[in-house]
Amino acid sequence: MAYSDKVIDHYENPRNVGTMDKDEANVGTGMVGAPACGDVMRLQIKVSDDGVIEDAKFKTYGCGSAIASSSLLTEWVKGKSLDEAAAIKNSEIAEELELPPVKIHCSVLAEDAIKAAIENYKEKQGK
Amino acid sequence: MKTPIYLDYSATTPVDPRVAKKMCDCLTLDGSFGNPASRSHQYGWEADKLVEQARKQVAELVNADPKEIVFTSGATESDNLAIKGVAHFYKKKGKHIITCKTEHKAVLDTCRHLEREGFEVTYLDPEANGLIDLEKLKAAMRDDTILVSIMHVNNEIGVIQDIKAIGEITRERKVLFHVDAAQSAGKLPIDLQDLKVDLMSFSAHKVYGPKGIGALFVRRKPRVRLEAQMHGGGHERGMRSGTLATHQIVGMGEAFHLAREEMAADNERIRMLRDRLLDGLKDIEEIYINGDLEQRIPHNLNVSFNFVEGESLMMALKDLAVSSGSACTSASLEPSYVLRALGRSDELAHSSIRFTIGRFTTEEEIDFAIEQIHQNIGKLRELSPLWEMYKDGVDLESIEWTAH
Repeated sequence: MAYSDKVIDHYENPRNVGTMDKDEANVGTGMVGAPACGDVMRLQIKVSDDGVIEDAKFKTYGCGSAIASSSLLTEWVKGKSLDEAAAIKNSEIAEELELPPVKIHCSVLAEDAIKAAIENYKEKQGK
Repeated sequence: MKTPIYLDYSATTPVDPRVAKKMCDCLTLDGSFGNPASRSHQYGWEADKLVEQARKQVAELVNADPKEIVFTSGATESDNLAIKGVAHFYKKKGKHIITCKTEHKAVLDTCRHLEREGFEVTYLDPEANGLIDLEKLKAAMRDDTILVSIMHVNNEIGVIQDIKAIGEITRERKVLFHVDAAQSAGKLPIDLQDLKVDLMSFSAHKVYGPKGIGALFVRRKPRVRLEAQMHGGGHERGMRSGTLATHQIVGMGEAFHLAREEMAADNERIRMLRDRLLDGLKDIEEIYINGDLEQRIPHNLNVSFNFVEGESLMMALKDLAVSSGSACTSASLEPSYVLRALGRSDELAHSSIRFTIGRFTTEEEIDFAIEQIHQNIGKLRELSPLWEMYKDGVDLESIEWTAH
């Protein structure tokens, strides 16, 4: 089972790994997956007043493809509006990383993660 | 050092050059290529002689009579022959079989198949250290039990079952006892004059022999009968038909012969290397050894690194060849059934790595492995939200996860 170079690159040269303060008003946090499944992704976004994602951070417990999927997502959402970010499809992630069929679910989880982060942010604004 | 460094000896072993040489002499026109069953000419007699020599070498490793050794295509076939062979032959005597949840798939899948035929199988749970509780085995035995199948050494965690004690129990109740010794022959001394084992499976490729050849020990005193699973010529006393592959058998014989000579010295060196590896990892926080450390072959170390997923660790350890009990690495996306049977949580099963050491492993390779592991565990834990939560004192059991 050889990994695509892109998947390996996300591990060797990690970007956007980290933690934001989840209590800050303009931070949205999405945590999806479960340790029992071998996949947990935490995605955080910092949103500007005009609804643009300024910064994104992630941490992932999971296989190489899961790490790469969530890492790629943080790269893609930066500079996008919430709607644009929510429109990112898992198939785009899978294609970019050349994920084999058995790893497609990692990209699905990443899509779930960004949606959860956006929802969390919106909930906090709604209060 | 050749990278990736091979630390997966329980998966397979390279053929020892001395074994390969002997095998090559049985292939070409100028070698011993004859069919051992050709009774009428020199080519056959010569091949037959080599086969019988090899049979003796296999028997000698385990103190059995050569007449009790049946050659097969590998331990998987031996397991099938033993379990199906006994079940079908003795089905009028009973329909109940006992085995263990941590057996190799070659045993488990065969038992499942027999269940579809109407046999009843009890799959015993091991204790948390991987070992079978003998009282539980006794309690599981019924009047209609015809076979108990328990492996000598487990392939994932390397623990050693007390087959001597189990043999006493089964013989007393006149139940046949099969042992899958694929991972133990050549690593642990086995004396079939002393052990009350009726059937034993062997694999060549786990002990520096070629893949595609194995054997089944079938006791003659007291006699064990089997229904053959391969028909067509009556080879191997009617138990396993098919032309004998001289080169394969010679390879297995030589491998077993070398194992007999070198087992003690190999084991001492391997134990030292394994302990060196374990020592080198001891300072890492939150690691768990899977399986009993004492009742274990010296070649095996199976460790769970909490909060780091196994496949990502294997990807990170790109210069080491190891295997994992993580779901991601098995096609079915389920974590190791062996680790689950020990009572390990899914998380720890997902985080496990199996290191197995062998004849060609060096100290340099072990030190390199230790360094690689340290570096990458640190990095992966930096990436892990679970590690962060653990460090912050969050109780991970209390979280409601959104599993998909």
